Amino acid sequence: MELAIFLMASALSIAASILVIIQRNPIASVMYLLTSFVSQVILFIMLNAAFLAMLQIIVYAGAILVLFLFVIMLLNLRREDFGKDIKLKFKPLAIAFAVVLLFETTVAISSSAMLERAQAQLPPEFGSVQAVGMELFTKYLYPFELTSILLIVAVLGAVVMAKKRL
Amino acid sequence: MIPLEWFLIVAGVIFVIGMIGVIIARNVMIIFMSIELMLNAANLAMVAFSREMGTLDGHVMVFVIMTVAAAEAAVGLAIIIALFRNRDTANIDEVNVLKW
Repeated sequence: MELAIFLMASALSIAASILVIIQRNPIASVMYLLTSFVSQVILFIMLNAAFLAMLQIIVYAGAILVLFLFVIMLLNLRREDFGKDIKLKFKPLAIAFAVVLLFETTVAISSSAMLERAQAQLPPEFGSVQAVGMELFTKYLYPFELTSILLIVAVLGAVVMAKKRL
Repeated sequence: MIPLEWFLIVAGVIFVIGMIGVIIARNVMIIFMSIELMLNAANLAMVAFSREMGTLDGHVMVFVIMTVAAAEAAVGLAIIIALFRNRDTANIDEVNVLKW
């Protein structure tokens, strides 16, 4: 049962990812990206990451993808430009990179020493909001505060960039 | 319990798809979405390793990556809007002033 859900979620995620990059219409791409993210949420839940699964839905599906849709709407792309979105000149390059990278990944995974160690015993609250929050506000308090600075900089940068004239 | 390698392979495949997208797509929006795909593949690998090690460090890392992705989306989309306003195109082949 677990295996079936894993296979379905990962197949859906990979198929949706492929459709993202071969779609002509950017709006359809965003919808496939949403499908891919939601099926990755299923994988997150299978990995005992309940908090991150919720965060993925709220941040990615709820905020980032809506931002994408807004910008596509603002851009007012012409339909006759859709066909020019994929440049086949770079296809051999892309395939070469993909083969090399996949090969490397497979070799690295199959020769990794990680796989021989015994699997850690997970406590029942692993990955819950409370557990991740404790970690975030004790051990990682300083990096956590730094992310707020990052967000402020990003907000200022976005406002400055999108302004018509300074 | 699904073994770690399977999750890593899924993450690797999604990352490679995102990379192909960055190389072959000409529309800035599609390139941007491919970058999001790559970030998400990294997240998946991070969470899988976190379960394997039995620590929550990977979860915190994913939290930070999500923050970076949100910041990157905001700034990047602002750049795209500025680009479209000045050049009236979303095709990166027509944006080549800085090219040698």
